[in-house]
Amino acid sequence: MAKHKTPLLDQLVSGPWPSFVDDMKQYAAARAKNEKKIEYQIPVDVVDDLMGLLELSYADGTTHWKHGGIVGVFGYGGGVIGRYCDQPETFPGVAHFHTMRVAQPAGKFYKSEYVRKLCDLWEFRGSGLTNMHGSTGDIIFLGTQTPQLEEIFYELTHTMGQDLGGSGSNLRTPSDCIGQARCEFACYDTQDLCHTLTNDYQDELHRPAFPYKFKFKFDGCPNCCVASIARADISFIGTWKDDIRIDQEAVAGYVSGKFKPNAGAHAGRDWGPFDIVKEVIDLCPTECMKYENGKLAINNKECTRCMHCINVMPRALRPGKETGLSILVGAKAPILDGAQMGSLLVPFVEVNKEDGYQAIKDVIEAIWDWWMEEGKNRERLGELMKRQGFQKLLEVTGIKPVPQHVKEPRHNPYIFWKEDEVEGGWERDVTEYRKHHQR
Amino acid sequence: MAFISSGYNPDKPMENRITDIGPKNFEDFYPPVIKNNKAKWLYHEILKPGVLVHVSETGDEVYTVRAGGARLMTVDLIREICDVADKHCSGYFRFTTRNNIEFMVDKKDKVEPLIKDLESRKFPGGSYKFPVGGTGAGITNIVHTQGWIHCHTPATDASGPVKAAMDVLFDDFKDMRLPAHLRVSLACCLNMCGAVHCSDIAILGYHRKPPMVDHAYVDSMCEIPLAIAACPTAAIKPKKIEIDGQQKNSVEVNNSRCMFCGNCYTMCPALPLSDKEGDGIVIMAGGKVSNRISNPKFSKVVVAFLPNEAPRWPSTTAVIKKMVDVYAKDARKYERLGEWAERIGWERFFEKCELEFSHHLIDDFRDPAYYTWRQTTNFKF
Repeated sequence: MAKHKTPLLDQLVSGPWPSFVDDMKQYAAARAKNEKKIEYQIPVDVVDDLMGLLELSYADGTTHWKHGGIVGVFGYGGGVIGRYCDQPETFPGVAHFHTMRVAQPAGKFYKSEYVRKLCDLWEFRGSGLTNMHGSTGDIIFLGTQTPQLEEIFYELTHTMGQDLGGSGSNLRTPSDCIGQARCEFACYDTQDLCHTLTNDYQDELHRPAFPYKFKFKFDGCPNCCVASIARADISFIGTWKDDIRIDQEAVAGYVSGKFKPNAGAHAGRDWGPFDIVKEVIDLCPTECMKYENGKLAINNKECTRCMHCINVMPRALRPGKETGLSILVGAKAPILDGAQMGSLLVPFVEVNKEDGYQAIKDVIEAIWDWWMEEGKNRERLGELMKRQGFQKLLEVTGIKPVPQHVKEPRHNPYIFWKEDEVEGGWERDVTEYRKHHQR
Repeated sequence: MAFISSGYNPDKPMENRITDIGPKNFEDFYPPVIKNNKAKWLYHEILKPGVLVHVSETGDEVYTVRAGGARLMTVDLIREICDVADKHCSGYFRFTTRNNIEFMVDKKDKVEPLIKDLESRKFPGGSYKFPVGGTGAGITNIVHTQGWIHCHTPATDASGPVKAAMDVLFDDFKDMRLPAHLRVSLACCLNMCGAVHCSDIAILGYHRKPPMVDHAYVDSMCEIPLAIAACPTAAIKPKKIEIDGQQKNSVEVNNSRCMFCGNCYTMCPALPLSDKEGDGIVIMAGGKVSNRISNPKFSKVVVAFLPNEAPRWPSTTAVIKKMVDVYAKDARKYERLGEWAERIGWERFFEKCELEFSHHLIDDFRDPAYYTWRQTTNFKF
């Protein structure tokens, strides 16, 4: 018997899509039964009370969570988000209901043996509710009480070799696409770069010392499956410099209908026979492709590597071999100054595992030095770039301006010339001037 | 419920303390076929909705079966994922960026038994635990935020509207009939933890009433200068208030300047703004993150407000379904929703999708607004 009546939530049990309500109901009942005789360290009816509270929100159209309190584990400033309910008398099980962010492995690959241990720990010391995964990428443990925080952290670090993720004004847990692990498009090892930088910057991740949050995301190619270009302060997007590799036989395979275009992605409808001119050549945004006499030709110098032709004919076309990544900076969601897309800062950098990715780290650290010095409280990197200008970003990173940095040159001539750029400097003698120019 | 210690000694927190060890190493979790073929993959193919094969230059193949999942999961459901992985995939599985679960096998004949197992698992209420799909030119899982289940600033729920929307869009999760893939995202306030601002269709929670000022508590709960500085439109200024004959420091909100972002509330709990009538949903459309054919795009506001209609948000799901169906019928192969809207013109988009245009949809927020007005005589009647 459920502790609270939830007639509104119950309407979300039906329908084909996995019902979180049904999942919670089953789990609440299992906790109440406790067949495994677990000595639950937080209230056994925590899930019942959470559903009761959510039902209240469904009825009155508002949230019932208070602001976070300052809770955490010793020595860290992030990884735990304090959460208290504003109806603790009615729902005591969720009166204190803190979130823990657990750093996810790169690529979100798992083995059951390990995941079961996580589940056991969280059932014993928390609500047993999770997000797989949070928006930034962490494994989210949803709801426990203050005395359990150190215990959970102790068990994570001592028995599972597992750390917490980031929250607050620090480096948030970086995340990446599946990359070379299982994607032929990936131009670098996203998992290794993500994992290496996450570990190298553990201090920045756990101890808030930044003006605001800071995100890294790693996309293996310009398809941008982790949306780095839209939501990371620094986006690392795989690319290449040389020619797209063409297998003409496979091109013929697509033209003859032997292979399904776009890897079969459009199979749910009859779009007619594949037409390479209409579907590839004519859609190429730079018009750098030709198909003549059964041969595909690409003028690679004019290609901007948008991935369309490669996506359509993955068996025939592959990115070049001289691979690396582009660094874009300053993306963020709208709050406060409006949404910003990442802006290209480094057109190409080699991804060199041998030297610990030093060239990439040099860019990151120069940006951090600037932002930590100049950024205002709660000012994202993108907003600082707007406030101080792209020129300043180039100056602090020591990167030479190139036309690739802009979509088009400026619309106004209001150039902030610097004194040392102007012959003779700015100090002049007005008396001398007046000898030749009457007042 | 006796307290059981993990071994941690609260009197000596630094004793044997382990910190800064980071996440688990991904290599520990690679299935053998992935480990052996990393960076050797040649091409892939979607065999049917939810099933991919990747072929390596070594001749190895990996078959992936993708299943949708509510990102809000209990440990019992996760254990069931582990059971499936143990039975079919030597214990290995992974999650995608969009909260799907992927099960990988190294032989084609292991695929059908895996799918059969996944699709046979249902909750008592009848919903699938692991519906297979979410690939190619269709609709995959909706990424979302916390909503009313765990957040202090939401203007809508997250898991509920997502469940309701995915039920309505389920056929397109199981199919690949669309001109291109279509990404739906939800953020329960404009903090946008879910970064929905570049999605084909975005569901966004939004407040419409300025914060109330809890004068008696502003000074004791908040740093007043931070609350004032938090306002992007400078709508908040300091104010002295007399309560029970006592002078208190507080703030005053210029309501007409408020754009309801809630940033002040994030800085100051004495400025709450949630409200049953005020809060609801904004629908945005036409964004994308890939660089394919056209540049990444922001989503645009196409419906200024829809009420929160718990538990199934019918007005919201109806608008989404309509947009998807019109797009499916009207767009060209490979054309993303935003590319289609730009080709036919946004005036035509509103007409075809039967959406009402109002002044709320014309940008008036800062400099970028100007660049969204029409500066040409080229328009359609």
